[in-house]
Amino acid sequence: MMEAVNTGKTVELIIVRQDTENGQTREEKFSVPYRPGMNVISALMHIQKYPVTADGKQTTPVTWDMNCLEEVCGACSMVINGRPQQSCSALVDKLTQPIRLEPMKTFPVVRDLQVDRSRMFNALKKVKAWVPIDGTYDLGEGPRMPERKRQWAYELSKCMTCGVCMEACPNVSEKASFIGPAPLSQVRLFNTHPTGAMNKDERLAAIMGDGGLANCGNSQNCVAACPKGIPLTTSIAALNRAATVQMFKNFFGSDHMVD
Amino acid sequence: MSKDREFLWRRLHSLLGIIPVGLFLVFHLSLNFTAVGGEDAYNGATGMMELVPHALLLVMEWVIIYIPLMFHAFYGVYIAFTATNNTSRFSTFRNWAFRLQRMTGIFLVVFIAWHIFQTRIQKALGAEVNYDMMAEIVASPWMLGFYIVGILSATFHLANGIWGFLVSWGITQSPKSQQIATYVTMVIFAILSIVGVAAIVSFV
Ligand code: HEM
Ligand code: SF4
Ligand code: FES
Repeated sequence: MMEAVNTGKTVELIIVRQDTENGQTREEKFSVPYRPGMNVISALMHIQKYPVTADGKQTTPVTWDMNCLEEVCGACSMVINGRPQQSCSALVDKLTQPIRLEPMKTFPVVRDLQVDRSRMFNALKKVKAWVPIDGTYDLGEGPRMPERKRQWAYELSKCMTCGVCMEACPNVSEKASFIGPAPLSQVRLFNTHPTGAMNKDERLAAIMGDGGLANCGNSQNCVAACPKGIPLTTSIAALNRAATVQMFKNFFGSDHMVD
Repeated sequence: MSKDREFLWRRLHSLLGIIPVGLFLVFHLSLNFTAVGGEDAYNGATGMMELVPHALLLVMEWVIIYIPLMFHAFYGVYIAFTATNNTSRFSTFRNWAFRLQRMTGIFLVVFIAWHIFQTRIQKALGAEVNYDMMAEIVASPWMLGFYIVGILSATFHLANGIWGFLVSWGITQSPKSQQIATYVTMVIFAILSIVGVAAIVSFV
């Protein structure tokens, strides 16, 4: 099917590659036949089939992650022309060429464009980004969520752990232990949920620990970069207020830890 | 630093930036502004400080200025060096403000150390702090430039610091309130800068 459309045009790419974790990086140029409506992944798929550089040298196929191909799984994030974003929804027509592809270096690079986002998943565990409902008996229905609250909480729930906000944040790096914007916003989501709110002090305690909320330096890059338009900085400021209240409760003592 | 104390240290850092260090800066620049009225006005105003008993002044200096400033400054240097600046990739106003907050902070460590050496330490060694002392210092155009950059660093750092403080404590949450806080703090930056620079150039 691909061969069917021959536009005679090409797409030029520069890819920053590395063969092993912590290995040497190198740049390789590729020239891929252009087809209308191409995304970055379709160019990468072509390179996978024909791993030949622009100057005709045989090379290894470029490695990257992908899954849903419709910007909901977050797996395919990479730095495209300097901006972290999803390669499945990055359309070639909208990018200036040569298109420069780099891995999101804020994460450990596994190989080429493939990164290990474990630190995000570990952060979600650390902040208890779930609603605990398991018990020894049926707890019954939880409280109802007001519709208007559900509507904005839904926006927060769109997070796909893609890591773009982490790459954009100047305070997330191997130099610091900051858990980053995405897991923080998830705390706000689960603390908003009427059943989740029953454990909100535990989640606040987690983000008031080392590497937590207080590491945010308000560069506000996260909210500018998030492909899902999640109001990350509003979440962070709201959590700052919740943490202020919690701090006083912790110190002066209160038997109302969760309401 | 003991485990899980970071939150409290950070909040303390944020608070000390305003109270007392920020308040002191406003007071300090205001007092210096009397120099605009000439040598006598300045010497008269600063002479008021001599009325405070010496021992009390010393205690106040340490409690209101040196200890909080040193904590804020040294912890600030640590914070500044854990950042990986990326204004070339994200050149928004906020990201630049983030970077400038750290750059001005680091410059202020150098500036304040030098400023204390030139004034407070000379006083302890017997020199008299008055209009002439400052006039001699800024007679050198290099020193005048150094002081102006130092003053502008301090006023930006405080003004933008107020913006950060409002977010750090959860006072401004909505994008709109944060935007308005940006305008208000930049007006504060402009006013403090005019006050500070007008004072230093009136020693020339
Ligand atoms: C003239 C003296 C100073 C004043 C009035 C001042 C004031 C402030 C204020 C009000 C903040 C905002 C706190 C917040 O974000 O909640 C701040 C933040 C900061 N200050 Fe200072 N400061 C001074 C000196 C310094 C020095 C010498 C350094 C050393 C590098 C420094 C480094 C920082 C840093 C890195 C931040 C950002 C913290 C963050 O956003 O997480 N400051 N300062
Ligand atoms: S908050 Fe946005 S940018 Fe960050 S991980 Fe979630 S979807 Fe990606
Ligand atoms: S492949 Fe799922 S977001 Fe791109």
